[in-house]
Amino acid sequence: MSVDRATVARIASLARINMSEEDLDTLVPEFNNILNFVEQLSEVNVEGVEPMTSVIPNHQRLREDKVNADPLTGGDIRDKVLANAPAAEHGFFGVPKVIE
Amino acid sequence: MHPRPNTAFSVCRKLSNDDGLRRLRRYARKGGKRRQGAQGFIPNSRLGGHHDTHIRTRSVTDLTELGIKAIREGVKAGDFTAREVAEAFNASVAGAEKLNAFITATPEKALASADAVDADRAAGKALGSMAGVPLGIKDLFATEGVQTSAASHILEGFTPQYESTVSRKLWEAGAGMLGKVNLDQFAMGSSNESSYFGEVVSPWRKQGSDAKLAPGGSSGGSSAAVAARLAPAATGTDTGGSIRQPAAFTGITGIKPTYGRCSRWGIVAFASSLDQAGPMAKDVTDCAIMLEAMAGFDPKDSTSLDMPVPNWEAALSADLKGKKVGIPKEYRMDGLSADVAKAWDDGVQWLKDAGAEVVEISLPHTKYALASYYIIAPAEASSNLARYDGVRYGLRDLPEGANLQDMYAATRAAGFGDEVKRRILIGTYVLSAGFYDAYYNQAQKVRTLIQRDFTNAFEQCDVILAPTAPTAAFALGEKTGDPLEMYMGDVFSVPASLAGLPAMSVPSGLNAEGLPLGLQIIGKPFDEQGVLNAGLALEERAGFTAKPQKWW
Repeated sequence: MSVDRATVARIASLARINMSEEDLDTLVPEFNNILNFVEQLSEVNVEGVEPMTSVIPNHQRLREDKVNADPLTGGDIRDKVLANAPAAEHGFFGVPKVIE
Repeated sequence: MHPRPNTAFSVCRKLSNDDGLRRLRRYARKGGKRRQGAQGFIPNSRLGGHHDTHIRTRSVTDLTELGIKAIREGVKAGDFTAREVAEAFNASVAGAEKLNAFITATPEKALASADAVDADRAAGKALGSMAGVPLGIKDLFATEGVQTSAASHILEGFTPQYESTVSRKLWEAGAGMLGKVNLDQFAMGSSNESSYFGEVVSPWRKQGSDAKLAPGGSSGGSSAAVAARLAPAATGTDTGGSIRQPAAFTGITGIKPTYGRCSRWGIVAFASSLDQAGPMAKDVTDCAIMLEAMAGFDPKDSTSLDMPVPNWEAALSADLKGKKVGIPKEYRMDGLSADVAKAWDDGVQWLKDAGAEVVEISLPHTKYALASYYIIAPAEASSNLARYDGVRYGLRDLPEGANLQDMYAATRAAGFGDEVKRRILIGTYVLSAGFYDAYYNQAQKVRTLIQRDFTNAFEQCDVILAPTAPTAAFALGEKTGDPLEMYMGDVFSVPASLAGLPAMSVPSGLNAEGLPLGLQIIGKPFDEQGVLNAGLALEERAGFTAKPQKWW
């Protein structure tokens, strides 16, 4: 199965990555090469096989029902959270206007 | 070999003042060198003691020949100070810019940790298991106050406000940081050529050639730094072979533990169901020591294993009597180079010599591992990397008049390299409506079958012996034209990753062109000990002492 240029462009748009026409020139054949390669998986008989969900058996843990149980992942660290923001304003993340 | 006079000189003076050279020689005579042999300490006669300065310069080089255990024990015994060790490695790092192994050097951090260790020792306090050992830290681990770039433009300048669990545990064990080492961008690659900060050049060269070789990837800065004696050890991460393949390419040792042994908290995520951190070091013992320091339960990682960390170092044993080693017949495939096949045969003999029984096993779904991996890993990557949107951290590209969606797309186009974009798009495609079942779900079912192959095989054997990679290191630029060809090099490392198994690479020797080759040991879940022990048996018999000639 091969995908066309319009499909790759649509995928790029879904992934929120701008692609120039030249980018697509390179990418479309590479994309198809990779898809052709992974296509071989369709020949494997997987009847009755469950898709893997957890590679090593483990159980889901619940954390303690407490505010700031771990200060590293809890709250009250606004300045740290904003420290690397490209446009932090008034204690918030600044973004371009989203409502006309 | 002439280290830069300014850095080397201060260290020399210090060694001279403290009579460090005499202590170093005494240390060498004590026979602390299990492995380095002739390549380790330079005997007095070869120092050519006609010129004092020359002697002292060589002694600085000697400290950088030491591994984790030798440094820890030398510092503890007072044979040299942690500061002397840090200064020696800092000088090596500063003199190796041609390798491009480091994205950020942090000599002051290495010195500060060393001083703390020296002070603790002077005060009679107990020293940690990594006391006085300065490390290279892959630039994928968040380090508080030090840029963590994942070798990408999009995270250039990102300065974490927190420390990754693994690096924090290493500092608590007394280690220090020489700097952040280079890698493939977001750990996506097998040659270190996808780094935004430039490719890493392997310190190794083919005999009679000065062509630049790949140090492997993605942990190529780590492998180059350890092989070139810029660091006694470094952290790596392994998603589909990113610790083992670079270790094999550069003649060093590296282990990926069972999935969940090392916390992923604070490690920039690539493919979360596969990513595991591990040590890259000079030998098996050093790997055991460092893995012990890195591993352990972390409530902040929901996939962290809640089980005690064994004392791997103490239980090391190269006696394999009663153990069975499986040789997977499907791994003897087209594309396996003759020298790698020969190394594999040598490995079989060495393990027999160590007392193991060798049995043939079958891993029937091996041929589907790569295809499965190159669906699952990009799928997870496309989800994980959705967070880079120019809002919370990292690069923002805001064209004139752009709205929020435009900003996302412009930021991600400018911030990600070609390989990263390729994988995000493949991942987006295989997860998209209508294709999810055919690609992603099918790949996860095949992954179950691959794991089942291993489970069945381990009913017949305790560990599996295989090559780490199908060839020795290739030249930089050799495989960049064809992404698929690059992916094929992961054929032996990916299956263990998909099954979450512990696996390590140990150097076996040099090929006809003078390049290192690696052998891989794959173990049962949680049986890092079995892997390390078989690795030790190989190491003792391989007697690998070669190191790259310094040209950088």
